[in-house]
Amino acid sequence: MIYLELFLSFLQIGAFSFGGGYAAMPLIQDQIVTKHGWLDMAEFTDLITISQMTPGPIAINSATFVGIKIAGVTGALVATIGSILPSCIIVTLLARLYLRYRNLELLQRVLTTLRPAVVAMIASAGISILITAFWGSDGIISLPDTDLIMVGIFIICFLLLRRTKLSPIAVMVLGGVLKLLSAMLFGVGQISI
Amino acid sequence: MPTDIDLYERKMKMENRKNVLIQIFISTLYLSAFTFGGGYVIVTLMKKKFVDEYHWIEDEEMLDLIAIAQSSPGAIAVNGAIVVGYKLAGMIGALVAIVATIIPPFVIISLISVFYEAFKESFLISQLLMGMQAGVGAVIASVVCDMGAEVLHARKISSDIIMAATFIATCVFGVSVIYVILVCIGIGVIEALAFGRREER
Repeated sequence: MIYLELFLSFLQIGAFSFGGGYAAMPLIQDQIVTKHGWLDMAEFTDLITISQMTPGPIAINSATFVGIKIAGVTGALVATIGSILPSCIIVTLLARLYLRYRNLELLQRVLTTLRPAVVAMIASAGISILITAFWGSDGIISLPDTDLIMVGIFIICFLLLRRTKLSPIAVMVLGGVLKLLSAMLFGVGQISI
Repeated sequence: MPTDIDLYERKMKMENRKNVLIQIFISTLYLSAFTFGGGYVIVTLMKKKFVDEYHWIEDEEMLDLIAIAQSSPGAIAVNGAIVVGYKLAGMIGALVAIVATIIPPFVIISLISVFYEAFKESFLISQLLMGMQAGVGAVIASVVCDMGAEVLHARKISSDIIMAATFIATCVFGVSVIYVILVCIGIGVIEALAFGRREER
């Protein structure tokens, strides 16, 4: 049953994404793209892009987006509830324990251990997004097929992010505009080696 | 027998509680709708609102509540809403805060996904989205640089090993991230118990 599958998938995303922000991204990719194939890698990347440009956590945005695509508004509701249910239980429990004992040490130690793993998982997810951007959704890497315009846009965006104080949203929009301009000038076909 | 004064007091209490709930709802709805840039930003704004502006929560307590929100699994914005709502008005408060936090992204993304399906095929939108894929790749690369540097600067060899091993496992061998997280939680608990004992001595 699709509602149950959506619910369970997003329940896992909610239960295992530690560290906020991008930490949910590798889990969402794992469940949505790899396990269930509800989105392909290009759609997943679009989803991450849309999430970046709108308010709201990535997990909630994904639950709504995937839920609607797969099973309409009910699907979106089911997925959203799934993604927040673990938080509701765990956070209220911890808050209750904290308000009684005022001690969070074990939790924070475990979080410190998770931190480097979360960074590495975000890096992995980032790499699959770049593979999609440079070589297309099927993920087959071959040097002659590299889309040089996309590589160029990536380098420009990366340098702007590192060297200037431009906001990520502005940089992403600029990336989109650059691609649009190049498509208007050189046509849609990719320019490769 | 309840006197008139008792009844009045009870009525005032209920009024007060209703006001607190309404205030929680409006504040979290507003924060959720207008905060770009993720959960870390939202909890800071929550602190500003509930500690500095309303004085409903004490400064130090709020810092610990934020720590709970950040160290629990799930979205930090949702977790932050839960701790604040729970602290101010118990379970009902938490529920009100969650609903208010979810409404804005739910509505916005619902609308966008309708347009997304319709406009994906258009030349303009498809090219923009494609270029933004390279852009979002750059944003993630930049975030990873900052986070990775932070881990390396801590000069803790076990952290470096965990980071390298996780990267190889997920990127090269395609190991499911859930297993990696479970293993790391295990290591963390063992480490915490070992460290705890050492400090006791």
